[in-house]
Amino acid sequence: MNQHAQKAAAFVSNQERMHWHDEALWMVRSKRDASTHGISEWEQLRELGSQIKDNVLSKLDQYLEQFEANAQKNGVQVHWAADAEEHNRIVHGILARKKIERIVKSKSMLTEECHLNEYLIEQGIEVIDTDLGERIIQLREEPPSHIVMPAIHLKKEEIGELFHEKLQTEKGASDPQYLTESARQHLREKFLQAEAAITGVNFGIAETGGVVVCTNEGNADMGVHLSPVQIHCMGIEKIIPKAEHLGVFTRLLGRSATGQPITIYTSHHHRPKPNGEMHIVIVDNGRTEQLGREDFRNSLKCIRCGACMNTCPIYRRSGGHSYGYTVPGPIGSILTPGKDLKKYSDLPFASTLCGSCSDVCPVKINIHEQLYKWRQVIAEEGHLPPAKKKGMQMVSWLFARPKLYRLAGRWGRRLLRLLPKGLLYHRFNTWGRDRDLPEPPKESFQEWYRKNRRS
Amino acid sequence: MSKDKMLQGIRRAKPDALPLPEMPNFAVPPEVLPILFKENSEKLGSRVLLSASQLNLKEQAKQLFPDAQKIVSPLAEVASTVDLSHISDPHELADVDVAILRGQIGVAENGAIWVDEQDMQHRVLPFITQHLIILLEQDKLVYNMHQAYAKIQVDATGFGVWIAGPSKTADIEQSLVIGAQGARSLTVILD
Repeated sequence: MNQHAQKAAAFVSNQERMHWHDEALWMVRSKRDASTHGISEWEQLRELGSQIKDNVLSKLDQYLEQFEANAQKNGVQVHWAADAEEHNRIVHGILARKKIERIVKSKSMLTEECHLNEYLIEQGIEVIDTDLGERIIQLREEPPSHIVMPAIHLKKEEIGELFHEKLQTEKGASDPQYLTESARQHLREKFLQAEAAITGVNFGIAETGGVVVCTNEGNADMGVHLSPVQIHCMGIEKIIPKAEHLGVFTRLLGRSATGQPITIYTSHHHRPKPNGEMHIVIVDNGRTEQLGREDFRNSLKCIRCGACMNTCPIYRRSGGHSYGYTVPGPIGSILTPGKDLKKYSDLPFASTLCGSCSDVCPVKINIHEQLYKWRQVIAEEGHLPPAKKKGMQMVSWLFARPKLYRLAGRWGRRLLRLLPKGLLYHRFNTWGRDRDLPEPPKESFQEWYRKNRRS
Repeated sequence: MSKDKMLQGIRRAKPDALPLPEMPNFAVPPEVLPILFKENSEKLGSRVLLSASQLNLKEQAKQLFPDAQKIVSPLAEVASTVDLSHISDPHELADVDVAILRGQIGVAENGAIWVDEQDMQHRVLPFITQHLIILLEQDKLVYNMHQAYAKIQVDATGFGVWIAGPSKTADIEQSLVIGAQGARSLTVILD
């Protein structure tokens, strides 16, 4: 059991920090709004993005084969991995053949999902994450709490302390400019030493066999172009049919993620560098299973912008780590039940179903509807916690008996008014822990309707 | 083999074929492209020089970056400190202070400029250099990314990139810091 609620409670217990986290993410959401409002065809772009991905998912096998053939024509070595374990073995195999001991990585949620870092480090390879946020959490030995801003949960003083310990920066220094500069110097050294570079993939173009990688820091490019070996790890769903479709996705991605009109670097890799090697690892790891679930396949359209997290009232107040999975927030909560229904059975409930996630999604994934559908699957499969299960059973028993239901309603309204507070608010009333019970109405809607329908 | 297994799985799981949408021609607002380009570039931290200087490029670069020792360029009109075609190992570019390149296409809606392997000679050059200067002809500006992709061929060379500003990060408490891992500044000269 994953226990989002308990972990969220721990996060919420520090009110000041919770509000700080909430506000930081809301600011990003506001930037997103400002930049999307500047484009009159924004809604049309979302629809196009969604339709292109619909087409991709319906012809995924053909596009993947086309992608592989074109990549091979370009001199790229293409590998196929059915699951995380095979992916890790393939990547290690490429490195081992060249006796590579030092690698740099740019941000990749896929390799996080596969736990590639741990695997390679166990084999004795030095793995350095080069995105600043990722490097911070790597030094702290914790997972990212956001897919675009991995260290959003940390304060600059904590990062200052960490850098003092690990990178020998001045004690007590917490100026972001100074800390970023120190990381720059530290990472430059690592870039120059690396023998291979690993990146994630934002888009794989079937028509040309190339991959597109987007960053703001330029860290993916520093790694890839200096190292003799470059490896791009790509989930099967990252394919797009043609280069012209990048017009749609580059306009959607940056604006949705941080409110930028485009990421600073949008790099298109098609052929190995002179005397270099270029590999692409195509990974499934449960995606095909999700593709087969009609109600949930749309989740594979995700372009990992993080907008659904920034807008989510639960994510903003519970922090990314409370979800217990690489991809947190609303999108994570519809991806995870497909991976392990029992383990992640509480995540679809970590939502108010307000629908804001679906409203901001650049490829129009019906996230809140899928959350609701997962709840039903989880109930049917018997994975609800006992208290919730019992409560549901009692309520459905009552709903099936109209007379008794009306009687219970009448007594309930009366008792709410009459009973002393101590009897209403107690340890079994968890709902009332931070909230007042509603003011009971004098009559039910049915009673009101009976009286008024003829007038 | 995993490939066949994966493809077979996808064939079983995928929905019935859905059509690929036509790409519409989005209306282009009647704005003056160089002015819009400048505005959007500056929002992402670039410096845009509109008027052509009387100085030659290298002198201009020296004026912009007085401390620069190593100013390199693949362009014939710039006297590069080192001849880039003589460099075989990209690590030799680690101490470049300023690189001057020519961009192919500029996008007014976001300030992005397309440069490919041929324009940079070494793929790492625009990233490893401390400061980057890109020359761009004003008539190479388009309004949006759709028009931009129609003008370029992404696989004309082994590597191509849209560069929309200096390297930046906001990973520490959302504070914007210019100069993360790539170039610390981007100067665009519209000529």
